[in-house]
Amino acid sequence: MKVYLDNSATTQVTESVRDKMVKVMYEDYGNPSSMHLMGVDAEKYMKEAASIIAGSLKVEPKEIIFTSGGTEANNLALIGTALANKRKGKHIITTRIEHPSVLQPLVFLEENGYKISFIPVDQTGKIKKDKLYELIQEDTLLVSMMYVNNEIGVVQDIEEIVKELKARKKDILIHVDAVQAFGKYRIYPKRIGIDLLTFSGHKIHGPKGSGALYVNEKVRISPLMFGGGHQRGMRSGTENVPAIAGLGQAVLELYINFDEKINRMYELKQYFLQKVSTLPNVTINGLPKECTDAFEMEHIRKTAPHIMSVSFDGVRSEVLLHALEDRGVYVSAGSACSSNHPQPSVTLIAIGLPKHLMDSTLRFSMSDKTTREDIDYTLEQLKELVPLLRRYTRK
Amino acid sequence: MFKAFLIKYAEIGLKGKNRFLFENALRDRIQEALNPFGVFKVSKEQGRIFVECPDGYDYEETVDALKKVFGISSICPVVVLDSSKWEDLTSGVGDYIEAMYPDRHITFKVEAKRADKSYPRTSPEICADMGAYLLGRFPEMKVDVHEPEVRFTIEVRTRSYVYSINIPGLGGMPVGTNGKAMLLLSGGIDSPVAGYMIAKRGVSLVATYFHAPPYTSKRAKQKVVELAGKISKYAGKIKLYVVNFTDIQLYIYDQCPHEELTIIMRRYMMRIAEQLAEKEGCLGLITGESIGQVASQTMQSLAATNEVCNMPVYRPLVAFDKQDIVKVAEKIDTFETSIQPFEDCCTIFVAKHPVIKPNLKTINRSERKLEEKIDEMVETALNTAEEIIVGK
Repeated sequence: MKVYLDNSATTQVTESVRDKMVKVMYEDYGNPSSMHLMGVDAEKYMKEAASIIAGSLKVEPKEIIFTSGGTEANNLALIGTALANKRKGKHIITTRIEHPSVLQPLVFLEENGYKISFIPVDQTGKIKKDKLYELIQEDTLLVSMMYVNNEIGVVQDIEEIVKELKARKKDILIHVDAVQAFGKYRIYPKRIGIDLLTFSGHKIHGPKGSGALYVNEKVRISPLMFGGGHQRGMRSGTENVPAIAGLGQAVLELYINFDEKINRMYELKQYFLQKVSTLPNVTINGLPKECTDAFEMEHIRKTAPHIMSVSFDGVRSEVLLHALEDRGVYVSAGSACSSNHPQPSVTLIAIGLPKHLMDSTLRFSMSDKTTREDIDYTLEQLKELVPLLRRYTRK
Repeated sequence: MFKAFLIKYAEIGLKGKNRFLFENALRDRIQEALNPFGVFKVSKEQGRIFVECPDGYDYEETVDALKKVFGISSICPVVVLDSSKWEDLTSGVGDYIEAMYPDRHITFKVEAKRADKSYPRTSPEICADMGAYLLGRFPEMKVDVHEPEVRFTIEVRTRSYVYSINIPGLGGMPVGTNGKAMLLLSGGIDSPVAGYMIAKRGVSLVATYFHAPPYTSKRAKQKVVELAGKISKYAGKIKLYVVNFTDIQLYIYDQCPHEELTIIMRRYMMRIAEQLAEKEGCLGLITGESIGQVASQTMQSLAATNEVCNMPVYRPLVAFDKQDIVKVAEKIDTFETSIQPFEDCCTIFVAKHPVIKPNLKTINRSERKLEEKIDEMVETALNTAEEIIVGK
């Protein structure tokens, strides 16, 4: 049996996404910039995708910039905003649990004269809001925070935070990395007051190499790619039409039976957590403090529907990952850590996970295709493997 | 400009009646090394090997390939002159010098060989007359017959060959002339270097790698396959056995004192490798061990692992310092691969304080605790070993 529980790493494209892409690559392969009919046809695919995506976010198609994925969109959002708004301020605030594609552009900006502040999170991964509000200064240009954390699935109170931030400083810009949230929540950036929003195609059954940045039309950003002036000059380079068309198709499908799909994921999440926590010495990460061993739905629902972070004390995550792999179950290690190359995860450090659990944490991430059988099979394997692996450790 | 290479060899020139075997092997190894780059004609000629290059061949690529063949002492790029008429010969050599030594302030000597005995000039005459011609054409050049900066060698046959450059080769002996040995290949820095050094003596390689899934990852195995691939650039095709060592390792973990785990494990690795070596017709085992490098490589530990083998164990790095091993690893391009951080099966359960002076009696006593199942487990490990062919 093959059980893929690494959907936060990437997902399988759907058949219709695949078919659409093949058609664009093989039949309608024109360059959207070409003047002839084939160019016009190719351009139609882009317009169609932009309108589907804009519709799902309730924004204008011209506010969508297609990119090569989440990393590029985050880079464009941060560096692009900083470059275009130097006079407004050089202070940027972010959190301690961001993805490297947010962190590293900010490191770059810091080296180039910007001031970056980091907001801590509590043990469940929630931003310490008071700390955030205290940090706002005259020259604070931008706040960047992720909607759903990719490692532990904690969800920030984006709406509340954005409201409060804008109340305190009207012209503050908000960037939200929604790579793990897009397709799991109905996100309407304009209504909430989000100015820039990143999302990626391959986390929602679209193709790798696809993604986009929503930029509110009133917000000025500078491009990072220069050339032929594609996409209104914001991102030069012949558009990746097959990927864009595939992304549009994936978004279209996301919202079919949306509530049903999300509810089912929450049920599976609750079921998995209830069962996995019966194993001895297991810690579940990223849940609200009020959540008890019964894993009440009201609390589970405050976290992302698809991500479960579990620490198995006394088992090395890498070993458990490979043991699961041998039985057809594919998951991620919370922190890639080997004897000679420790790379502890920023999120697990930020939530203050004890050191001995750091290297014992696995991430299970579902998609709307995950079934009860998948979860049962995975639980069975865990029940067998965890005690076995606990017997053999370094002494 | 160069249409051929003259390949000189050192040690194999010394072999008596077996000489032709070594020469044939070298010719074949050179042919194999050049095959991926086009149709090169490789032939034996009077104590050297001659490589004729196809039109449009890539000079750098070809020299690099030749520099990886064991048994070559030097590589001479050769200019071929189609006519041996004296005027053609002199103008050919002159043009060659014009192109290769634009500065011309060199001391030189001309050496000549004449295969065509009917040629109107004898060898000494060719040397003298050519010298005179060159001094006339290039007044900046000076003759020095004792320690010239450049030696121009001219060989007159139906065609004539001119060369003056000697690119040093790797030395050693052509692979395939000295039997076969089994390399215990880990993912580390040392074992690939050990394999390279023994292969340099003309020995063909077979390799064994022990992995312990799920404790070691598929990427760790992939890394070892990559390392074998890098060694095979020198040593030719390598058959790599991948032995699943997990059950044996866990059994030792359960039955024996933890501080002896590594040493007992290594004894079983040697036993298994030796059995595979016998099956392959190998004449010895090769390890990357170096005295005192880690706890399992003290003199006592080496004695303990050595004890279980009947075959000779070749340890070419036994007296090498780490930094010297690293230098070779960098030269043969295995270092970057070796330092990729994956667990190997020697480190996963390593004790905090392993024995560093194992006592043979104690170790043997501990191993008796394995009697019940170990033979069967070794048998299974041998039977389930995966075979991967690496290299051309």
